[in-house]
Order: sequence, then C-alpha cells, then structure tokens
Amino acid sequence: MRATCQNMVYDLAKRDKRVIFIGSDLSPGLLAGMKKEMPERWYMEGITEANVIGMAAGLAMEGYIPYVNTIATFITRRCYEQVAVDLCLHELPVRLIGNGGGLVYAPLGPTHLAIEDIAIMRALPNMTVTAVCDAKEMVRLMNCTLDWPDPMYIRLAKGGDPIVSREENGFAIGKAIPMLRARGRRSIVLMSTGVMTTNSLAAADLMSKDGHDVSVVHVHTVKPLDEATVLEFADGAELVVTVEEGTRIGGFGSAVTDVLVEKLGVSIPPVLRIGLPDAFPHKYGLQEELFEVYGLTPDQIAARTLKSLKVKDKVA
Amino acid sequence: MAGARATREIDIAALPLDERSKYLRRLVVRTLHGGERGHVGSSMSLIEIMRVLYDDILRFRADEPKWRWRDRMILSKGHGCIAQYVMLAEKGFIPYETLDTFCRRDSILGGHPEAAKIPGVEASTGSLGHGLSYGVGMALAARIEKRDSRIIVVMGDGEINEGSVWEAALSGGKHRLSNLTAVIDYNKVQSAGPTSEVQDLEPLLDKWRAFNFAAVEVDGHDVEALRKVFQRVPLAADRPTAVICHTVKGKGIAFAENDANWHHKSKIGKDVVAQLYAALE
Repeated sequence: MRATCQNMVYDLAKRDKRVIFIGSDLSPGLLAGMKKEMPERWYMEGITEANVIGMAAGLAMEGYIPYVNTIATFITRRCYEQVAVDLCLHELPVRLIGNGGGLVYAPLGPTHLAIEDIAIMRALPNMTVTAVCDAKEMVRLMNCTLDWPDPMYIRLAKGGDPIVSREENGFAIGKAIPMLRARGRRSIVLMSTGVMTTNSLAAADLMSKDGHDVSVVHVHTVKPLDEATVLEFADGAELVVTVEEGTRIGGFGSAVTDVLVEKLGVSIPPVLRIGLPDAFPHKYGLQEELFEVYGLTPDQIAARTLKSLKVKDKVA
Repeated sequence: MAGARATREIDIAALPLDERSKYLRRLVVRTLHGGERGHVGSSMSLIEIMRVLYDDILRFRADEPKWRWRDRMILSKGHGCIAQYVMLAEKGFIPYETLDTFCRRDSILGGHPEAAKIPGVEASTGSLGHGLSYGVGMALAARIEKRDSRIIVVMGDGEINEGSVWEAALSGGKHRLSNLTAVIDYNKVQSAGPTSEVQDLEPLLDKWRAFNFAAVEVDGHDVEALRKVFQRVPLAADRPTAVICHTVKGKGIAFAENDANWHHKSKIGKDVVAQLYAALE
C-alpha cells in the first residue's frame, strides 16, 4: 500500500503538472524517477514537519497539489497547528500521506505509533480523513485525489496487506462500501476502516459459519462520513460493532456513534466499539502481536462481538 | 555589508516622522477607535515598512488582487494587521469606511487578517511562525513557473522565537530562493517584555547569514533608507534576503513607545483615542 501510494504520486505527477511531492526524511532513492524527471516538483526537506506543511500550503495557494509524506505521527501531531491553520483554515488541496498508521511501527514504540491520528485529524474543520484497506483500493483513492478540493489525510498500512477490496464495488471519496450484506435487517453489522476491514471480514466469516447473520461495511473515508450508508445498515441492526486500529476516543467508532446518536436518538441500536484503550502502547513486537494484545484479530473480534450479543440478551 | 556584527549596535536615527507617516498613524488610530481595541505598539512599529512596501516596492493591482504577476507580501506577524489594513485602504483594496468596522461582528477586518475575507491579503495569519514557510512554497512556485514575482514575508521579533521560522529559513537557504525576502520588525519588545530578556535573538544578523540569507539591517522608520534597501533586493543572486528593520514599538506615540503594556489594548475608549490623536499632532 505504501509503495503503491508513493508510486501513484509520480503517476499523478506525469498526468498533472500541479502535482508536487514533498517528503521529510524518507528512504534514499524514494521516487528517484520523479526526482530525475521533474526535479522542480520533487522535494525532500528534512525533519522540518512544521515547515513542510507551510511550504505545501504556499505551493497550494499558487494552485499546486502537494502530496506530503512522512511518518503518520509526525505528519499529524508534530505539526498539528500547521495542518489546522495552513491547510484547513485556508481550505487547500494538500494531501498528507502518513506512513505507518495505527500499530504498524510496533517494534519502534509509542513515539511512532499513530493511535490518535484519525481522531485528531477528524476534529479539524475541512479535513478529509481516509484509511483504505489495501493497495488496490489505494490506487482507486489516489485517482480521486486530483480533484478533491479539501486537505486530505491518507493513512497508510504496513504494506503487503491482503487484497480484499473489489473493483466492482467502485470507489468514491466519502462513500462507504458494503463488503458483505446480511440476509436480514436484524443482523450483526461490523463497520471498519483501514486494514481492520480485512480482519472484520475474516471475523464475519467465522461468525457466519456459526450461523450468525453478519454485514461488513468498509468505511475508507472516516470524514466526511457516509451517514446514509451507516444509517442504512445500523437502523434496526441487532448489534453494530465498529472496528478500528486506533484510539476509541474520537476515532472512527466515535464518528459512527456521533451519527447514530444524532440521527436515531432513542432508537439507537446496541453498539460495541472495538479499538485501542486510552493508553500509550507499551509493548513491542509485531503489529500482529499488538493486534492480539488489543483484541483486534479476527478471532477476537468475533468473540467480542458474540460476547456483546450475549450481554445484550441478558440485559434484555 | 562588511563582516557580521551584533545588530544591537545599530542606533535608530531620531528622524521626525513626516506628514504621511503621521497621517497613516492617524488611520491606525481611526481603526483602533472603530474596534475599541487592537495591537497598538505592534502596528505603529510597522508603519514605515508597510508604507514603503506599498508605496514604492510591491507590484500589485488593487482591482485585481489575485493578479498572477503580483508580488506576494505576507504579514506573518498578523497582529500588526492594522498597519496593513490602512495601506489596503490607501491603495483602494478596501474602502476607508471599512477601517471603522475593525473587529466588529460582521466586519471583514478581524484582529488578525483573513485571506478569504480581505482583498489583498495573501494568507490568514495570527498564529505566529507560519508565514516564512508559505513564502518558501510561493517562491518555489514562482521559480517553477519562471514568474518574477517577489515574495516578501514580514515577521515580528517575538515571532521568530518560533522554531518553525528557522526550519523555513533552512529551506529558503537550501533552495537559494533569491525571490524570497524575510523582513523582521525588530522593535525589541514582545508581549512579555524586552526581547533581550524574554528570548534574546542576538546576534540576529549573524543568525540569518548563518542560514544562508543575504542579511542587512536598516532603520525601520527611515523611509528613504528602507526604500533604498528594498530597491536593492535581492541582495544576492543566489540566496534569499533578510532585512532586519530596527524599529520602536509604539513608534510615534510618545507615551506608548517601548512599553510592552501597549503591545495590545482590549479597551480603547474615546479618551484614549483622543490621547493617541494628540500624540500625533
């Protein structure tokens, strides 16, 4: 996904002279072809995130579409005020490509784990927040980025992620994709973003084998949220489960519950939000190992969902 | 400029303000009166810098604010905006009457300038330390397009405490942006007190030179000297320029000069307005 995204910048730059690439301090040789072919549109500015965002804003004010790329934590919280003022206040079409969203950098520790990127980006007016599920979907997203008027955060996963998206589902920014449709309306609805859609599909498969009726809605655009699709699937559901690789405070699950509370009021279905707790991760290892620590593997998602169903039944 | 030296050795010539400088300051007072508040000292120190830029240096079209070939002037120290607002009125970007609406609910003129509202304002500023990076981006854009627009970023001395300014300076120097000019309104007083005590900037000229800027210093209230310096920009063909303007906070209002208490006033009644006008007699 990461290489696909970066290569797409070069591809877009060949198509459109407004496209600029700005990195901070990334891999040697990154987009070397672009650097050679169009050096005036390829920049590597060093570890100066605040400046990089402002520089991108200055270019965007002149009509360019800068794609800024660095590690997710640094492109969000390190330069949060620049993102808010330079990009969001000015409503500039700058793309922020965050390497290693969520728990990707597990072995590197909490300074490198982007656990609240979706939450803080989502809080900014005019910001669009995306987290696609695989490399194929990344191509579809990137093809839509030339004409999107607002600043956009593009959360990257680890790379080499299983391909679960399907071309026939189409792609539009702000339009959620039902990946699996339950037979009936009163079903379990898993809503997920990023690569958690892969785990949610696997969890749904496990539950289906046990006879449960499950839908999976992939929400690649957390903001603007596709309220219509969220409501279509949530209204009347037996249980809505949101699954995200990020903090539960203000993140994707919060976005969904915001809509449910506002639009369904007392008719809100039972909701389980699966995500990270309000704490910095203090374990290392692999991303998959941290998934296990936080209950984000397919088995765990299925188990937590079914447990929640039982609790609900007991209360009822 | 020969060799680096401490900028504080430069003395500001005690030139009397001419009639135009006094007139512009009266427009500032008119604006403060309209809003019954505002950054007094921060605007007054900027007047000659804004005056010379708009009267003699900048290329613009008031009837076509987004004219592609214009020079870009970013007032990065957005709190000094009244000094820019009066020049925008002077040049026909906005009517004079708009000055009277300063900070009112439906005004286009806020306590910090917003680009989406005010014709002639390039970028919304207020939060400090953002403008020079915008300038780097704009200067790169001009270079890509082989457009001869000059990019001038006016910053405060307190503002350049911000680390982001020096990140931008690194980039400007690295890219040898001779079309980029950093202007420092060095009035030596920031909100909390003297810059020498709050966060000393010296040796300031050396700092800009160390960041690969061609740096020069000038009396920021000497209209002729400012004109000469800005007409020489770029000072080097392969580097950005830094113009350090030695100024006086509150310049022209004797009782407010060099007094951090006049950095900003949130209640400016008729009596204060009368005192400000009287000081400009």
